[in-house]
Amino acid sequence: MGLDVNWALRWLTLSAQAMAEHREELIELDRPIGDSDHGENMDRGFKAVMVKLAEVPPETAGAALKLTAMTLMSKVGGAAGPLYGTAFLRAATALGETADIDAATLASAFQAARDGIVARGKAESGDKTMVDAWTPAVDAAAAAAGDSDVHKVLAAAAEAAEAGAVSTDPMLARKGRASYLGERSIGHRDPGAVSSALILRAAAGAAE
Amino acid sequence: MTVNLVVVSHSDKIADGAAELAAQMAPDVLILPAGGTDDGRIGTSLERVMAALEQAGDANGDGIVVLTDLGSAVMTAESAVEFMADPSSVLLADAPLVEGLVAAAVAAQAGAAAEGVKEAAEAVYRPPAAPQHAHEHRPPEATGDFELVNQAGMHARPAAKIAGGLSGLDAEVTLNGVDGASMTELMMLGAAKGTVLHVEASGPDAAKAVDYLRGLITAGFGEP
Repeated sequence: MGLDVNWALRWLTLSAQAMAEHREELIELDRPIGDSDHGENMDRGFKAVMVKLAEVPPETAGAALKLTAMTLMSKVGGAAGPLYGTAFLRAATALGETADIDAATLASAFQAARDGIVARGKAESGDKTMVDAWTPAVDAAAAAAGDSDVHKVLAAAAEAAEAGAVSTDPMLARKGRASYLGERSIGHRDPGAVSSALILRAAAGAAE
Repeated sequence: MTVNLVVVSHSDKIADGAAELAAQMAPDVLILPAGGTDDGRIGTSLERVMAALEQAGDANGDGIVVLTDLGSAVMTAESAVEFMADPSSVLLADAPLVEGLVAAAVAAQAGAAAEGVKEAAEAVYRPPAAPQHAHEHRPPEATGDFELVNQAGMHARPAAKIAGGLSGLDAEVTLNGVDGASMTELMMLGAAKGTVLHVEASGPDAAKAVDYLRGLITAGFGEP
């Protein structure tokens, strides 16, 4: 059994809950190295996603992710808007009309999402950005896809993203507002990597 | 028809203000601000940018050039272009917002095509033209020396008139060694009233360019 539209809707709902729960934490992380709006922006963006999904309930996972993409791009406001927007849009394209998402398709959707973030933000691994959560997650998902179990793919991605977020602590920021701080960005965890890990954890939680 | 411009900024006020400033020097150019978020906060909104791009597209111009400020403004603009029916009709200029917009507007006002408008915006980044001796082996086809007679001397509006007028001519023109097509370089001359500007022009429209500058400068750019 693969994943369907109900999984996607639970994923987005759990993501919205996570953004609301971790709003203050993300704001605090963003304060020393950004403009302290990441928590607020993500919370607002996903609240708007919930409203949109209720207005026009999508019929496929791909449609749900596409609606999410458009909403985040319009409502988040900060750089996270076009970055997550592009990620969800590329994932939606990768899923297409698929009603029953298998492990390989899921892993390729995560990869498409990561590639979208890289294309839009032009960040590389080690730049202290959300890419540092996504790239290990994509690699772990691809490795786990061999067992053809979507739950394993989701769990591996979530775990790797969380470790990836922690790995940003000692990094020197080379992209975004944090890069203006140079050396002073060292020792802080990247808020975008943390929110990415929360979203990938929500994806795993939605399949339980 | 002219190229239409869209200004994407994190701040509604910056987008509006930059558009207002540029419009002063380019009254016939459509400049659409798309700043801030839907609910008036600092940030950028795909919806706002797409609305401006669609309006610019409907306005039936010679293409659209987009000027942006930092970070998400660039990314939101790129995303919006991806959603356009005809992405090739839109060019993103990689230029400082205010200076780039003014240069772009002046070029658009003078009738430059989209590529030329983008180029004009991005040229404000570049260091001033190579010193004159680089061209010594090729004598100018037309020259002239004209004194600045207006009170304020060389400032934004005269620089815009010079650069704007010259961009419609097929000639390479320097004024005291700087590129006459570059508004920024002209302003950096810091030439006050009484300064004599030495004009050198080459190309098919060289004589026309010198005549144009003679008329403009000796009349004090229509200023007191």
